[in-house]
Amino acid sequence: MVIGLIVVILLPFILGIGLYLKSTMLLENQSLFKLLFSSDWRPLAGKFGFLTFILSSVWVTVVSLLIAGPICLLTAIHLTQYAKTWVLRLMHPVIDILAGIPSVIFGVWGILIIVPFISDYLGPFLGKQVSGYSILAGSIVLAVMIIPFILNILIEVFKTLPDELREASLSLGATKWQTIKLVLVRKAFPGIISAFGLGVSRAFGETIAVLMVVGNVTTIPKGIFQPGYPLPALIANNYGEMLSIPMYDSALMLAALVLFIVVMLFNLGSRFAISQLEEKE
Amino acid sequence: MRRLRNIEEKFFRVLMFLSTSIIVIALTLIIVSILYKGLPSLTWEMISQTPKGGFYFGKEGGILNAIIGSLYLALASTILAFLIGLPVALMMNVHLVKHKKLVNAIRFFLDLLWGVPSIVYGAFGFTVMIYFGLKTSLLAGIFTVTLFIIPIMVRGMDEVLKTIPRGLMESALSLGSTSSEISYRIYIRQVISGLITSILLSFGRAIGDAASVLFTTGYTDHIPTALNQPTATLPLAIFFQLSSPIPEVQNRAYASALVLTIIILIISIASRYFSKRYQKNRIKN
Repeated sequence: MVIGLIVVILLPFILGIGLYLKSTMLLENQSLFKLLFSSDWRPLAGKFGFLTFILSSVWVTVVSLLIAGPICLLTAIHLTQYAKTWVLRLMHPVIDILAGIPSVIFGVWGILIIVPFISDYLGPFLGKQVSGYSILAGSIVLAVMIIPFILNILIEVFKTLPDELREASLSLGATKWQTIKLVLVRKAFPGIISAFGLGVSRAFGETIAVLMVVGNVTTIPKGIFQPGYPLPALIANNYGEMLSIPMYDSALMLAALVLFIVVMLFNLGSRFAISQLEEKE
Repeated sequence: MRRLRNIEEKFFRVLMFLSTSIIVIALTLIIVSILYKGLPSLTWEMISQTPKGGFYFGKEGGILNAIIGSLYLALASTILAFLIGLPVALMMNVHLVKHKKLVNAIRFFLDLLWGVPSIVYGAFGFTVMIYFGLKTSLLAGIFTVTLFIIPIMVRGMDEVLKTIPRGLMESALSLGSTSSEISYRIYIRQVISGLITSILLSFGRAIGDAASVLFTTGYTDHIPTALNQPTATLPLAIFFQLSSPIPEVQNRAYASALVLTIIILIISIASRYFSKRYQKNRIKN
């Protein structure tokens, strides 16, 4: 029992240290700053600039949150404040199933529906010639993937708000919507931000589904219709060659480490805020 | 002014209804598109044979190797994670029940671990594998996936164990039971359906994840017979077949995706059944 517990507690540190040790080889040669802020990616020449991949990751993550965030917030309010029982009875399994679908299935769906939709309808509609494999496709797929995740937390957040708040506001003559807008959402605000933070951390590390639809081109993306190449996709795509080129494995492990640290920071911040919130209640 | 207020509320209610519908539509689209594309190519041959020569050019064979490989991998890692996770979850809720701060700290760590992307576990598993001089194998895959699902397993079981009323423990203690007896004789029996739900959820995660096995299990056309052999997995079978330019092979990818979706749906339905049963039998406070 104790051993299991120790393993669980030490695991994050072991993960971080393991990846760090592997990436030190590269860090001894080149400065971290240079690696992170250069877009010169030529593994054969020993140039490992991660900027392109980091920016792609940021693009995909931000756009997916812009799509998923409002949908989740509105749905969470709908489900906790307005919805009838049959809607709830329908939505619970829907959210659960959506959360359980493997990422590769989301990727297949992206290729089947989202990519053709962007290249055949959305692109021409906006007067653009696009292949469909783009930041936007990756973001839409990601958004659907993180929706159940954010939504579950948001529903919890809205459920923990004390009923007295709503009653007090309603008894003062506010309408239901005013109560939601001015009292509930404001009160739940830290919880909402944390839920989005957890969504970001999930989106940032998602691999296969994004890899399948995002295009994987090593240029800095300048818009959502251009292809990108996020960090997780970089790691997943190059595992085959990484032992044959010097320092390549070290560079990929550094990419994993960067991913790990960013995700950990977002997680840490959001979880901390949520636990503070729970203590207050 | 009042009219404006009403219009605003109406407007947002429509928006809310739309967002809820979008989620339902997204799920329907996913399942329908996979069914539509996958069903025509799903033959008995697909799921009962291993790839024959020329399979990746559209010739005969099936994905039995990937199905069996995935089942081996997911079963073994779920069992391992269960053996490690159950004592941890019980310890958090029985032995450490007085140390609330410590338990909360452990929960915090588990939540953090849950958030770590599977590709990071994959990269880490790969590093460990290289360190021990192993090749891509079933064993390395099991190791990585076990690490990956432990937090999911422990947190799931912990959430269930948390719901057991404190009075049960107090009465058992007053009758002279030890903590271990409470854990393994009383608590487990109380929440067995809930535990099965978290086991099923972890199993679903294990069978569906691609990024963590990409580095560690490799890929092969044979059904593995030993732990040190590389193993094919369903998500990777889908991924590899879909990146082929040949239409027949791509169609097989859709059929494989359908197989995986069906497995996940069965798990999902089973876990709903068990969690309903748990809700019904549970002792309330």
